[in-house]
Amino acid sequence: MLAFIIRRVGQSLLVLMIVGLVAFSMFRFVGDPIDNMLGQERTIEDVERLRGQLGLDQPFVVQYYRFLEGAVQGNFGVSYRQGRPVADIIFERAPATLELAAVSGILAVLFGIGLGVFTAIRRDGIAANVIMATSLIGVSLPTFLIGILLIYLFSVELGWLPSFGRGETVRLGGWWTTGFLTESGLRALILPSITLGLYQMTLIMRLVRSEMLEVLRQDYIRFARARGIRERVVNFRHALKNTMVPVVTVIGLQLGSIIAFAIITETVFQWPGVGLLFINAIQFVDIPVMAAYLMLISVMFVGINLLVDILYVFIDPRLRIDSSGGK
Amino acid sequence: MSEPVLSIRNLTVEIPTRHGIVNPVRNVSYDLHPGEIRGVVGESGAGKSMTGNAVIGLLDPPAHITQGEIWLKGERVDALDFEAKRRMRGREISMIFQDPLTSLNPLFTVGEQLVETIQLHLGVSASEAKKRALALLDRVSIPNPEERFNQYPHQFSGGMRQRVVIALALCSEPSVIIADEPTTALDVSVQAQVLDLIKELARERQVGVILVTHDMGVIADTTDTVTVMYAGEVVENGTTDQVLGAPTHPYTRSLISAVPRPTVKLDRFPLIEYGKREGGFKIEALAQSWPRTKTSDSGRLLEVKGVTKRFLERGSLIPSWRSYFTAVDEVSFDIHDGEVFGLVGESGSGKSTVARMIATLYPMDGGDIVFDGVPLSTMGAEGLAAYRRQIQMIFQDPFSSLNPRMKVGDIVAEPLHHHRLLPRGEVDQRVRQLLDWVGLAKDAWRKYPHEFSGGQRQRISIARALATQPRFLICDEPTSALDVSIQAQILNILKDLQEHLGLTMLFISHDLPVVRQVCDRVGVMRRGQLVEVQDTETLFTAPEHGYTRELLSLMPKLEQLDTAV
Repeated sequence: MLAFIIRRVGQSLLVLMIVGLVAFSMFRFVGDPIDNMLGQERTIEDVERLRGQLGLDQPFVVQYYRFLEGAVQGNFGVSYRQGRPVADIIFERAPATLELAAVSGILAVLFGIGLGVFTAIRRDGIAANVIMATSLIGVSLPTFLIGILLIYLFSVELGWLPSFGRGETVRLGGWWTTGFLTESGLRALILPSITLGLYQMTLIMRLVRSEMLEVLRQDYIRFARARGIRERVVNFRHALKNTMVPVVTVIGLQLGSIIAFAIITETVFQWPGVGLLFINAIQFVDIPVMAAYLMLISVMFVGINLLVDILYVFIDPRLRIDSSGGK
Repeated sequence: MSEPVLSIRNLTVEIPTRHGIVNPVRNVSYDLHPGEIRGVVGESGAGKSMTGNAVIGLLDPPAHITQGEIWLKGERVDALDFEAKRRMRGREISMIFQDPLTSLNPLFTVGEQLVETIQLHLGVSASEAKKRALALLDRVSIPNPEERFNQYPHQFSGGMRQRVVIALALCSEPSVIIADEPTTALDVSVQAQVLDLIKELARERQVGVILVTHDMGVIADTTDTVTVMYAGEVVENGTTDQVLGAPTHPYTRSLISAVPRPTVKLDRFPLIEYGKREGGFKIEALAQSWPRTKTSDSGRLLEVKGVTKRFLERGSLIPSWRSYFTAVDEVSFDIHDGEVFGLVGESGSGKSTVARMIATLYPMDGGDIVFDGVPLSTMGAEGLAAYRRQIQMIFQDPFSSLNPRMKVGDIVAEPLHHHRLLPRGEVDQRVRQLLDWVGLAKDAWRKYPHEFSGGQRQRISIARALATQPRFLICDEPTSALDVSIQAQILNILKDLQEHLGLTMLFISHDLPVVRQVCDRVGVMRRGQLVEVQDTETLFTAPEHGYTRELLSLMPKLEQLDTAV
């Protein structure tokens, strides 16, 4: 078990090194940032001085080493556009994105699993069929359209909920700002989190449903019924746990993409998160910000995958390879 | 005799389908007394299991009971509502399923599953439930119940799992147990133990047992009374001695005569003639187009020379830390041209692994195989391709060995395309010819595998194997998944292939009576080693090795049947 975790951690580090290389090579291959930063009115001396300041005159290997060294310490250099340390900018923006992602992730998992089980058990019921049909909308409509529709309905027409921003936030500790503690902050969360989580929710729901239908056909479910176990226990204890192995994989990957691809939702709702930061960085070829964002996302994906692998072992005893006892 | 604990009266089950109403069970009646074991026998689709499901209230919708009554301990139970039926299930009636590998929930320990069931039905405390669970595990002869209690199903062998399933069925001290093919998936030696256990428990706890099976040997050895079903109806009912010794119905008679006997060798298997039967196998037409190849002078078509196969049990970067499981340990035997060589042994003895090495599905870890005088190790890529063309396999499970998304015609055509044996234009014609020869209908080529019965699918497998005109067939348990009547047909086809086409075969089976009928010589395998090779008759009449004797002693005795025919 320990060997398994150590091996997985080693693989994860290797993946991060490679992503680091990709992130770093952007510095070399995506235009010359000096041109963007200094504009038309500039002197050769200005260019050389800035080049020296940013370390862009060093050889490739040295630059890569310095990049990695900095990245491990959370230091991604200075934003070309804002002239401030990238880490500061990201830390300032991260709480907004993380809170949004957390709320929509929880919504997606809770409703996804709940509705998935429901539609599997009541396979032929009217409600289940309506839910299945509606879920097609969630899968097929693009996120920005859902966002705009929600804004139109709840902000413009009904005027119930704010259409943009985080509302009032409260500062917690050194740098964390939260919208959970004020009414306007909570209200502002509703529309963006639904927009962001809807696709994941329908995906999880459809997956849970099909896995569940598969599991309910198994002999051990028939046998559990033949022993007179209550339907509720059969469905939620015996069947649901067996559907979890594939579902956990997908949930893990989807949670990663909720954070990584919050960009569109953040743009639609003018949500002051890292996604919006990234879009602006792309527009201005702000490579340190882009590189840091890339690294951040890959750390998150690799971390989630590692967690998923460890979770498998807890869910499925057949994967506990080293455990004692017969075969 | 005492009052019956279960009594089924004129039971009829109906399934509405697109093509009208089907009645898989019609007008079935039988009684079950405490401590009685009643065998229910018949082909698949005869309504045996469906009757059991109706009794326990687990018919899959839209199937439902339209007529008749089910009485349990003097109470009518067929019309109970869902919740009342659930309470009855497990409490009064338990069930044991066919495949112990799939009937336990893989994510819960054996103990959790037992305690859950005991607490549900007996309403005792957790510690009391655990005590009872341990006693039950001990009762079904599971060694070290304390340790086994906390283990997961995958840590048990097939036979041990079936014991756990029996323990689970006994949890609530039921008065009726429905055992649906409880030993079909088990080895002969384990089968005998499990049947003995069921017999003992029935006597000891005065539980009525309905034993659903298609195996006449199990019926003869285990049951007190028998119900014979055919096409949804009961055709014969009586004590086991009576039904097996003096069957009155023509179906029962032909069913009994189709059972392979362990004691005598017959030339051909008697077929069941009752009712509608499938098309015949056209061996003469096939034989006319078959090419004859002369084997090298030695007369040995295939020589297996000390082959070994090891599977990695625990991997590691450091070679000396790796551990291996030796599945096949220096096995050697020869197969002569035109003979059927049998390979018998329990599951896990390495029979199938040997077959797979011969078919080059597994690489060998040692030894060599010589085909028609040429060792495999010297063949080279082209030689190997030609070798593979001449060796074809027929697998055990006709349900998983045919690709469900391919049409039958494409399945049979695949080897022809792969080995480029015919110009494209002629493939279709050959495929249709092959399907016709193995006795399938004219339009079979454009259907999908699921539209065929088990026996028909095995014919499709045979047509596929014959497509490349091989000289050597590997049959890996080709009839274990089939009914007795279908088994007889398939075995006759294989016999025809040997006699008329001169095919050589490796026949793998754990069913000794079948092996005696089919094989010329037999090898006995145990734990990866070949312990004895003999002419079939010598092996069955004068076995040399202790293990062979043990295997033979476990064969179901069918003396009762022989007085009938």
